[in-house]
Amino acid sequence: MSARSRWNERAAVTDSWGITLRRVANINITPAVRDRLISILSPFVLLASWEACAVGGLLDTRFFPAPSTVFSTLVKLIETGVLWDNTWASMTRLFWGFLLGAIPALAVGIAMGLYRPLRAAIDPLIALTYPIPKSAILPLLLLIFGLGEASKIVMVAIGVFYPICINAVAGVLEINKIYLDVGKNFQASRWNVFRTIALPGALPFIMSGVKLGIGMGLILIVLAEMVGAKSGLGYMIWHAWEILAVEMMYIGLMTVAVIGYALSVLSNELERWILPWKVDR
Amino acid sequence: MKPSASSAHQRGGVVALPNGRAETSKIRIENLSKEFKLRGKAFKALDTINLDIASGTFFVIVGPSGCGKTTLLRVLAGLEEPTEGTVTVNRTELHRPSNAMVFQGDSIFPWMTVWENAAYGLRMRKVPKAEIRDIVDHYLDCTRLTKFAHSFPHQLSGGMRQRVSIARAFATDPEVLLMDEPFSALDEQNRTLLHQELLRIWEQHKKTVVFITHSVDEAVILGDRIMVMTAHPGRAKVTVDVPFERPRSVLELRATPEYGELVYRIWGYLREEVQSAAEEAEGGRK
Ligand SMILES: Nc1ncnc2c1ncn2[C@@H]1O[C@H](COP(=O)(O)OP(=O)(O)OP(=O)(O)O)[C@@H](O)[C@H]1O
Ligand SMILES: [Mg+2]
Repeated sequence: MSARSRWNERAAVTDSWGITLRRVANINITPAVRDRLISILSPFVLLASWEACAVGGLLDTRFFPAPSTVFSTLVKLIETGVLWDNTWASMTRLFWGFLLGAIPALAVGIAMGLYRPLRAAIDPLIALTYPIPKSAILPLLLLIFGLGEASKIVMVAIGVFYPICINAVAGVLEINKIYLDVGKNFQASRWNVFRTIALPGALPFIMSGVKLGIGMGLILIVLAEMVGAKSGLGYMIWHAWEILAVEMMYIGLMTVAVIGYALSVLSNELERWILPWKVDR
Repeated sequence: MKPSASSAHQRGGVVALPNGRAETSKIRIENLSKEFKLRGKAFKALDTINLDIASGTFFVIVGPSGCGKTTLLRVLAGLEEPTEGTVTVNRTELHRPSNAMVFQGDSIFPWMTVWENAAYGLRMRKVPKAEIRDIVDHYLDCTRLTKFAHSFPHQLSGGMRQRVSIARAFATDPEVLLMDEPFSALDEQNRTLLHQELLRIWEQHKKTVVFITHSVDEAVILGDRIMVMTAHPGRAKVTVDVPFERPRSVLELRATPEYGELVYRIWGYLREEVQSAAEEAEGGRK
């Protein structure tokens, strides 16, 4: 057997994941199952090679500590309650900030959608203030609200306000005018037009705004806690930098990522639950 | 089927009803004109319309597309202000709403179930819950939608959605029912079924109805009086009495020679208007 054909034979065994896996597991694996296996396995493969490189000295562990040491720090932070306390602090601020931003955003956005003069009045204000990076407002907020909880909650509220308000206006404008005529014809009061037509009609748009707002809120709370707080995930990450506890920093980042992912899954569920009338997309 | 001797005739402002009772008109339209502003220019949609509709009449309006039928109905519903003239609805029972509209095209709320849609008008009027339940159940039964009470509109056929819209309007028990081409989106078989159903419901409740249609056939089957409108600007061309007895059976009525003659006559009035509307559209394109 020539060298070339031996080479070809080996290629035939390993040229695709499908073939290799089929040999290993001895079951029939469809491309869809194979792809799912790949996406489940790939993070582990990455972690494993990271671990190997860190242990083998290929990576500078001052910046990229081995996953195993990060994990043991994680266990410690959970046992001492540090991780939980900081997570809870951030989530509480996110919650109140979200409410403080979302409720006025809904009221203002829907009112703007329904009443032209109001839209004419507020539109330029929004267009003017929206492009300001929310992080750039933080010093002003600290000045006004001090270092306490209020400045953080207001920061989140501002971040949440814009996407929900803008989407609510768009959502109301998107409602077919005939539904407003129906409301008028059946003598719906102003409040009932808001409650039974404008709000539910704009809800698909509003939900997109809510999802954007939650993401923005999470970014801003972490940011705000880095500067003016003594608790929270942002504080934890910043503090880790100050004391050069790089494992803790990774844990902070991971926790933020997991929370972000969980919130997006949750808001997708919420959307499905409150919009049963939307044809499945 | 012989023409009924007691069809509605006008005597001044007083109108004799089929049952012999004399009453003033339910709806009176005097010198009604409506103009829209289109890119700065005034566009006359309705021109000096005068009309009396007696209480309990099934009044049908036919006319070429764009002649102002919907506009007239929207003025009657109070959704548009007349540019000139007056519209008076003679309210006799103030606890009932003055009118309810079945809109042209899809108008039921996609975010409410069939039941919630049918209950909408009653809920807006703050009718007690138990009463709403009885009334809505009754009209969903009339429109054969009981099985779909908890479905959302996107789960229904076009014809079923129209029936929800009809149930919603009937449920509020308005003094005047305004219907704008409620069946135009339906196929022939469903339309015939709904004609039968509408006549059945109407004959139970005998409301004043103003009904718009493109179909002369439909006008003759349903109406007591038919107004033919001119092409733009919309004026009342002629008003024709329909002499057929009630209750009517759609299929039997269609088989009589009188029916064919009346349809033919109204088509004659309408044809000139449809042609002139088509010519105008042609001219507009050049
Ligand atoms: N809000 C509006 N602004 C400007 N023009 C309008 C408006 N509403 C209706 N019109 C015009 O008035 C005319 C009459 O419209 P209308 O909707 O009453 O017609 P229609 O008889 O109901 O037609 P169709 O049978 O096709 O429904 C049309 O030429 C239309 O373009
Ligand atoms: Mg119309």
